[in-house]
Amino acid sequence: MGAGHGASLTARYLPGGTAVHRLEPHTKLVAVLAFAVVVVLTPVQAPWAPAAYAGYLLAVLTVAAVAGVGPARLLRGLVVEVPFVAFAVLLPFVARGPEVQVLGLSVSQSGLAAGGGLLAKATLSILAATVLAATTEPRALLRGLERLRLPQVLVQILMFMIRYADVVGGELHRMRVARESRGFTGGGLRGLRVLGATAGALFVRSYERGERVHLAMVSRGYTGSLPGSPAAPVAPGSWALALSLPLAAAAVLLTGMLLG
Amino acid sequence: MSVPPPSLLVEDLAFAYPDGHQALFGVDLRIEQGERVALLGPNGAGKTTLVLHLNGILRAGRGRVTVAGLPVEKRSLQEVRRRVGIVFQDPDDQLFMPTVGEDVAFGPRNLGLPEDEVTARVAEALAQVRMADAIDRAPHHLSFGQRRRVAVATVLAMRPEIVVLDEPSSNLDPAGRRELAEVLAELPVTLLMVTHDLPYAAQLCPRSVILDGGVVVADGPTSEVLADAPLLAAHRLELPYGFSPRPTAPPG
Repeated sequence: MGAGHGASLTARYLPGGTAVHRLEPHTKLVAVLAFAVVVVLTPVQAPWAPAAYAGYLLAVLTVAAVAGVGPARLLRGLVVEVPFVAFAVLLPFVARGPEVQVLGLSVSQSGLAAGGGLLAKATLSILAATVLAATTEPRALLRGLERLRLPQVLVQILMFMIRYADVVGGELHRMRVARESRGFTGGGLRGLRVLGATAGALFVRSYERGERVHLAMVSRGYTGSLPGSPAAPVAPGSWALALSLPLAAAAVLLTGMLLG
Repeated sequence: MSVPPPSLLVEDLAFAYPDGHQALFGVDLRIEQGERVALLGPNGAGKTTLVLHLNGILRAGRGRVTVAGLPVEKRSLQEVRRRVGIVFQDPDDQLFMPTVGEDVAFGPRNLGLPEDEVTARVAEALAQVRMADAIDRAPHHLSFGQRRRVAVATVLAMRPEIVVLDEPSSNLDPAGRRELAEVLAELPVTLLMVTHDLPYAAQLCPRSVILDGGVVVADGPTSEVLADAPLLAAHRLELPYGFSPRPTAPPG
């Protein structure tokens, strides 16, 4: 059943032994979050904002280089950004205020800055998150979240997601193969109805699987909390190394604010 | 020295689901320590319902279940679930943790054991099912047969009195089936195996019980039960083509 293919979530991880790989997951999580906060705090309308974005980009690309995450991997990570891009491109056309000429089109100046800022911030944050995902195994990320005192319920939900994404994905794949084996090609209103039925069947199956998993857990003495394994001590210097990314970004931000 | 209590004692067990469908009509079953018993029966005979009573997931409407002298009651549930290890049919239902080692550790940790004891039990249970090398692997990277053996390890780590296997040979390829049989034959525990796979029952269990219509309709040496063609036919059980039941020497 569904063995072999799949592993869609673990596929984001690039095995390696670089300094970034070796960092404890919770220090990396804090670093990426702090970096994103610094990026978001940068005022969009400031004249020095583009320079600051360039500084952040340099910082995150340096980390990616140290971690051995190549440009192709980073670009694939940016695919999730596509909806933001669409929104950002729209902004200069719908915003009001003084207008400027760009490529023969007259667009709102504030809209252009806002759109550009949105795009830059999203891109930078996603690049940092991509490096995190490429250097940290999903289950290590969970341990990190647990150490950061994320509520157990949320950690458990994420854990089940990682474990069963491939199982449910495999089920979906087999249903699609079975559908197409009986001549289904999709398209049209009827196609939508078939896809709706597939989604419903998948939901019912997953729900039933959830019940069976719970039954098996209760049979092994589960009472609501997951007893975790003991946390390993943090190696000295880990925090300093992990936080060098957000600190570099913060230095860029401060420089901009003081000089700009 | 006194005789140890039977690993499992089911007395006059009856059960109806909340929707009124009655699945069990007074089941009696006694399994002594160290016995290996196959529980046979067609689909819908009540096999799964019976299994879910053994560790108190379902509560008896009438009658009682006793595990090694301990009655299954609300306040004994945690201990009963340690004593009765159920291996469910789909290993993907049983193995839910990110790695094999963590999954095998789940039961012992629920028992509140100290960490060094948990580590020792995980290593021991995985060695018993010949999966010691897989301790850090993700369950979905294992073959189906390997996952089923790991599922067996997850209950062995709780040092159960009796291991209950639900259709252990289903979906296994011939090699996986043989490897599992080798592992099961060596386990030093009482075994109850729910199955339609009559040759597997003949291979592993000296005694067989047929459950049909919510009652035990036959109970005896597997070779005799499987040789009784009219009995099998009456309960929708069939030997595979070409298989002839013959008396087998008890293992060991």
